[in-house]
Amino acid sequence: MICTIAGKELKTLFASTLAWIVLTLTQLALAFGFLKRLDDYMQIQPQLIRVPDAPGVTELVAGPLFAATAIVLLFAVPLLAMRMIAEERNNQTLVLLMSAPLSMTQLVLGKFAGLLAFLLLIIAMTALMPLTLLVGAHLDFGLLASLVLGVALLAAAFAAIGLYASSLTAHPLAAAMIAFGMLLGMLLAGETAAEGLRGRGWQVPAAFAQLLSPLKNFEPFARGVLDSNSVACLLLLTAGFLILTIRRLDTARLRG
Amino acid sequence: MTNTAADTTLYAQGLTRSFGAHRAVDAVSIELKRGEILGFLGPNGAGKTTTMRMLTGNLAPSSGSVAICGVDLLERPVAAKLRMGYLPEHPPLYRELTVSEYIELAARLHRVNRGALRQATSDAIARCGLSEVARRVIGTLSKGYQQRVGIAQAIVHQPDVVILDEPTVGLDPNQIREIRALIRELGAQHSVILSTHILPEVESVCDRVQILHHGVTVFIDTIGGLKQFHGGRMVLLGLKRPPPLSEIAAIAGVARVEAAGEQLLRVSFSNDADASEALARHAVEKSWGLYQLAPAQSSLEDVFALLTQKED
Repeated sequence: MICTIAGKELKTLFASTLAWIVLTLTQLALAFGFLKRLDDYMQIQPQLIRVPDAPGVTELVAGPLFAATAIVLLFAVPLLAMRMIAEERNNQTLVLLMSAPLSMTQLVLGKFAGLLAFLLLIIAMTALMPLTLLVGAHLDFGLLASLVLGVALLAAAFAAIGLYASSLTAHPLAAAMIAFGMLLGMLLAGETAAEGLRGRGWQVPAAFAQLLSPLKNFEPFARGVLDSNSVACLLLLTAGFLILTIRRLDTARLRG
Repeated sequence: MTNTAADTTLYAQGLTRSFGAHRAVDAVSIELKRGEILGFLGPNGAGKTTTMRMLTGNLAPSSGSVAICGVDLLERPVAAKLRMGYLPEHPPLYRELTVSEYIELAARLHRVNRGALRQATSDAIARCGLSEVARRVIGTLSKGYQQRVGIAQAIVHQPDVVILDEPTVGLDPNQIREIRALIRELGAQHSVILSTHILPEVESVCDRVQILHHGVTVFIDTIGGLKQFHGGRMVLLGLKRPPPLSEIAAIAGVARVEAAGEQLLRVSFSNDADASEALARHAVEKSWGLYQLAPAQSSLEDVFALLTQKED
């Protein structure tokens, strides 16, 4: 049942111009960044050889590439997620899913899976760029895997937030703005609050602030560290917003 | 008792729904037997759509219960919804999908077996006369075809109960006739609830009528019973020299008088009164030229007007 809905969402995404535009623009922007980084790396490579324990090509090229992917997703996910529930509500097609024999959880998870599959496609295509370097270089596959996992978890959290924003309104554009606002707010709050709170020795509030800061949680992955705290934070964030979405749709049925 | 329970496909009891202080639907009960088409009538804002949304699990009732083939909709929503097909007022169509893609999606959502999927899809498409447009994108179809796609979506999983909310709105007369024929055909195998405010549609298609007004059921009967609804309570009075209407209205037991044609009046009696005799006596005494006094067979339109206007 979840797969049916996920498949339908993917089909809808690929039937829309927006998804193709997002896919094209992200690939263009990321490929440009990748080539620029690679060029820089080629220029400083002679000096790097002389430095003992110098950072490798994976760290210097793939690392920034995936950090850029995280930022690109920050803009792309609200646009991709905005239609998922808001437009169905606007076109009154949500009734079809509401009258079908499936639970609200299946409905939300199906939509989430569809969106995440699309995002994973973006990430997979991004991962192909550093993999092309295998032609002439050795890659740190451990770091690469950590980067991919980090961005994937980040994408899942963004998708859950985008889905929740979409469940709040019947206007896709409003949903996109809400999602973008939430992501940006969390980013800023997490960046500033976590540091400030930790500086004052308030560990618990700082931990909460970090929970709400997706990008902060991506940093360990970028260093190749599988930090269980960050993994847990991202998973909690994803689960939390999915539950909020389910609750939101259930409430809509109660309130009418 | 067990026998009738098996034949009852939909049983809703005391459905009530309030929006804030406004009570949109108040203690409405609906019973539907297998192979029956129930016409669900009411003026705009009577609570028809709200009731249907509750019957299909799109809206939680404030109180009351719904059972589909004995399965409680509120307790076991998934099992109950499996046996139900719903066409809302606005057909829930994904405009970017083709007709067959969309019907197949609806079949999958209603858990039609993987093996039976293709057959169920093509059956529903054929039954709704969509074979010619099966490969076309729904967004490019005319309103009539889109409406049929909506119906196909509601019947693809062979539900026991089909609920159609104003399925003929916005169609041309030919399309209306086709859709009505389709609904009659559906009624042979499924139970159908048909919401509409087109009265001839109900008279031509439905077995039974339930009229809703201000969220309350004001009338339930078979179409046959409806024709006799007034029976003794309304007469056609033919007078060669009719007096002013107010004079007739003043006779004890007469509730309403209206002109039904030249020298022909339609006189309805107040509840449980029969003023026929008094009418005849007055007519003779005052020499109104009585030439006809016959019970009027009421049309659904009369009943509808009577029931939904009296309180206003």
